[in-house]
Amino acid sequence: MASEALIRVAGLRKTFGNHRVLDGLDLDVRAGEAVAVLGANGAGKTTLLKVLATLVRPTRGTATVAGYDCARDAERVRGQVGLVGHSSYVYEDLTAAENLTFWATLAGLKLTEAARAAALAAVELDRAADERVRTFSAGMKRRLSLARFVLARPRVLLLDEPFTGLDQRGKKWLEEHLAAFKAGGGALLMTSHSFGRELAVADRIAILAGGAIALDTARGSLSADDIHRLYTLHAEEAS
Amino acid sequence: MVVWKDLLVERRSKETLNAVFFFGLLLLFLFQFALGPDRERLAGTLPGLLWLGFILSGLLGLGRTFVAERENDCWEGLLLTPGDKSAIYVGKLAGNLLLMLVVETILLVLFGFFFNLELAAVLPALAVVIALGTVAFAAVGTLFAAMTAHVRARELLFPVLLLPVEAPVLLATVKATEAVLLGEPLGSVAHWLKLLAAADVVYVAVGVLTFDFVLEG
Repeated sequence: MASEALIRVAGLRKTFGNHRVLDGLDLDVRAGEAVAVLGANGAGKTTLLKVLATLVRPTRGTATVAGYDCARDAERVRGQVGLVGHSSYVYEDLTAAENLTFWATLAGLKLTEAARAAALAAVELDRAADERVRTFSAGMKRRLSLARFVLARPRVLLLDEPFTGLDQRGKKWLEEHLAAFKAGGGALLMTSHSFGRELAVADRIAILAGGAIALDTARGSLSADDIHRLYTLHAEEAS
Repeated sequence: MVVWKDLLVERRSKETLNAVFFFGLLLLFLFQFALGPDRERLAGTLPGLLWLGFILSGLLGLGRTFVAERENDCWEGLLLTPGDKSAIYVGKLAGNLLLMLVVETILLVLFGFFFNLELAAVLPALAVVIALGTVAFAAVGTLFAAMTAHVRARELLFPVLLLPVEAPVLLATVKATEAVLLGEPLGSVAHWLKLLAAADVVYVAVGVLTFDFVLEG
């Protein structure tokens, strides 16, 4: 695959006080590619996503998204990425439709009724469009949070354990949506500490241990057992 | 958009309006019981009491400015939204201003009722003073509410930071209100009004220019 690298991380280091979370991390994700970063709790997966989403500034090294530096060009990077983290970024006292209207307008998108309805239908929330989010389950909130990116169409999606909290139907929908996103030329970076559906979507598996990528390999070359064995090996080495 | 969202959330939850209104009402009861009907004694203290009611209920409302953003990490969502963040500040300020002016109007009517005041004749002049004072108060309050939104002791820190900065505004509003309630024309307090207008411009400008940095933390 010779497409451009939409995510490029080189020599990334991030420390919080005396604690070095990331140390010399290198990673590229090309357009139309999905990379699953596996790592134990506290390995630095969320920190990596936050650096790429411009929420955390790197201590050393560089991280770029679509050619823009995450530290120096944060505003431009924000126009290119969508982050779906552990939080859903939805207002509890607004309806699903109102939440979408708010976030889309704030992001400068011209939102039509039809586009909003289509985005809600895409995440199967069309029948709950006028219900307050306070009544939603965690899975519904996560789907609503994903609906924002159905509208915004970012070039890069950063997903922190994206399948957590979704029911089987939601997982199937997300898998299909992520496959379509990749096919459309988007770059996907997902993190996980389990061996769930992320692996099915991923083209490459990267194991994060000791603050750096300990292994970066094509998904197709490994069986689930291989991945599990390598993950355990690197996690144990790092600890 | 931010104003629309904030007013919609407030209309549905009514948390801030109810809390601020009943707190203001409670203050009026306390003032009434403490001071009694002695009009001579009241004349000197009324402007201060009126603004004490506005400020204390305002502190309660302003301190809740970013409560909705703390749920589901919407604060982070705002930060990640591309575009000029000062628009968020202006929206939040407008929402706070609307809420404060509604509460102040209700409190003013009740104030007239509780202390048997004839406010109709001085109302236009009083409205100018209240509007100017409220803008300055809300401008700094909104900014400081953002600064303390993620601080553990925010309920304590917020008034401790805000009130010293508002000292010149409070002085000017109380002095101007005193003169207006005594029936003096606005021209006689022009120097206080100029100070308030200048504070409005400076505080709003500082808020617009610094909000991006505050949001980024």
